[in-house]
Amino acid sequence: MSSLPILNSPPKAKDRVFDRKGHIPTEYFKDLLFDLEAKGELIVHRIADDNFIEVDTKYGRKKKIPIQHTWHHKSCGQCGHIPGYSTSIFWLHRQLGYEYYDPKDQTSCTAWNYYASSASNSAAQAAIAIRNFAQAYEDGYFPLIHCGTSYGHYKETRNEILHHQKLRDQVRRILDKLGKPLVFPEEIVHYSEWIHVMRDQIKAKQKVDFSKLTVTVHPACHYHKLVVEDAIYDRDLYDGQRTAVVSSLVKSVGANLADYSTWHDCCGFGFRHILVSRDFSRSFATIRKIERMKEEADPDVLITHDTGCVTTLDKSQFATQAHDRKVGIPVLSDAQFAALAMGAHPYKVCQLHWHGVDNKPLMEKMGVDHKKAWAEFEVQVERIKSGEIEFMSWEDAE
Amino acid sequence: MASIYADAKYQDVSEEVKQKLFDEVKADMRWETTLYGCYECGICVASCPSARFYQFSPRVYAQVMAREDIHTFYELLNDSVWDCSQCFSCTRCPRQNNPGGIITIMREVAVNNGMQSAKTALQAYSRIIYKVMSTGTQVAPDMLQPDFFPDWGPDVVKVSENLNNWRRAIPPETMHTTELAWDVSEQTQLELYLIWKLSGNLDQIEILDEGIFMILSEVMEELLEEHGYDLDEIDVVV
Repeated sequence: MSSLPILNSPPKAKDRVFDRKGHIPTEYFKDLLFDLEAKGELIVHRIADDNFIEVDTKYGRKKKIPIQHTWHHKSCGQCGHIPGYSTSIFWLHRQLGYEYYDPKDQTSCTAWNYYASSASNSAAQAAIAIRNFAQAYEDGYFPLIHCGTSYGHYKETRNEILHHQKLRDQVRRILDKLGKPLVFPEEIVHYSEWIHVMRDQIKAKQKVDFSKLTVTVHPACHYHKLVVEDAIYDRDLYDGQRTAVVSSLVKSVGANLADYSTWHDCCGFGFRHILVSRDFSRSFATIRKIERMKEEADPDVLITHDTGCVTTLDKSQFATQAHDRKVGIPVLSDAQFAALAMGAHPYKVCQLHWHGVDNKPLMEKMGVDHKKAWAEFEVQVERIKSGEIEFMSWEDAE
Repeated sequence: MASIYADAKYQDVSEEVKQKLFDEVKADMRWETTLYGCYECGICVASCPSARFYQFSPRVYAQVMAREDIHTFYELLNDSVWDCSQCFSCTRCPRQNNPGGIITIMREVAVNNGMQSAKTALQAYSRIIYKVMSTGTQVAPDMLQPDFFPDWGPDVVKVSENLNNWRRAIPPETMHTTELAWDVSEQTQLELYLIWKLSGNLDQIEILDEGIFMILSEVMEELLEEHGYDLDEIDVVV
């Protein structure tokens, strides 16, 4: 609607009843999960006893974060448009000596599409989630989810599966046709939670001094606003009043964590909007996030932990320069930031040339010789062009 | 009873039609965990990105749905329902309402009924639906073209010019792709397509965009037959 609506007095329904019919959001989902397993309805994919670190979540439940032997549930936007994001997650595992599996038998969670268009239904969305979980189970690795939206959507799916027999029956009928079991992991784990528990090990291998950097953090909506009780909180970070992930890493590697007033705001991604209605995404990202940070904290870099947030906050800044907006903050994921701290190559590993905002001043402040690094990357590209190598290998990148 | 909007656009639509759509929203299994009450405090509106740039209010959704005001519901379903960002910032609600969740369900009802608001909002979006349903990844490197993202600056031009070589200069072997975000095995793509088909989702796509439905069916069903699947055996099971 383009103009303000003219309002009649809202009618008051005589029999208006706000009756809580649903379950409370702080229920202990594992009781339900294991109960269903005991009844033979599903298989719970467990994290091995010697393979996790326990952390506190928002309402105090202890959450297990697997250390290694993980099935990497990749993100469409990260792999497609910010490839240094996923590459850095893998690189961190390799550098810390933790085994992982990068599967080809994984599909997107398809939730970006679902939140954009609603062109799907609960049965399809749950079946897609559980097909991926079943595949991870059959492959013998525990799922580690790269995308914040996959993480959020899978938590919603877990609630639906736990509470609705009809949905479980529908999904089972679909999975039977595919020859897959109905499997659910005992925890839904986001990669930024893995980085959170690895922050001391990352610090121990740090090669680049970050003490001159000022950093702002954007917590991803689908990480801490969708099924809120799974998100990690820590009394030592913002007094436990906002999620600890990402901020914990920034502090651990010695950068200056700077606050700003609109930290809770969304990035403006909008799912549908970022693809076909970007005027909204651009305006929100610039006016409510980037300009506020610039004015209140003047950071060298903005660190976040989801596909859509990196994309929106980074790519939205270019066009707004035409309107003299106060922009120009490089945007990286926590995975890339951790990798750079440990001395990862900015182009071969972190693939910073796929980002929009000029990140050379940031690299200079980090003491990284970006001209030399780019020349090294171009050597690899020339080797590919000449046919000397088909692809750049991990050995070439490391 | 009339809509709260004095300038309501759909006053001539029958109450029966509006009630049917409203009942479809309420019949969704998620409905009972989206709305518990409303203090009218406005925290959801203050948290909402869309409320800052559109004539959109999550509080109106909570109020209208709680009052079962089918007339205003129908106005929302035909207009601002597509303005929501689906960020779920509104779940900051002290009554634990989920206006974003109400909107997810409303949008699904709009799509299922082939409503014009859904077709208009998703007009330029069909190629994305085709991409995710046929390949298993939603966005792909080859979408980074200046004509699709003209506002993302000169880096998009550089990426599109160097796409093949730059994709091969990424270490993980699953990411040397240009048409998919990562290398999804053909068997996995087929399993995804079977899920769309078995869950009745393709019927929904046919309502939304017949052209996309026909291309998708043709391409994927040829692939299924190549892999020995009997198409007569694959019926909607939901």
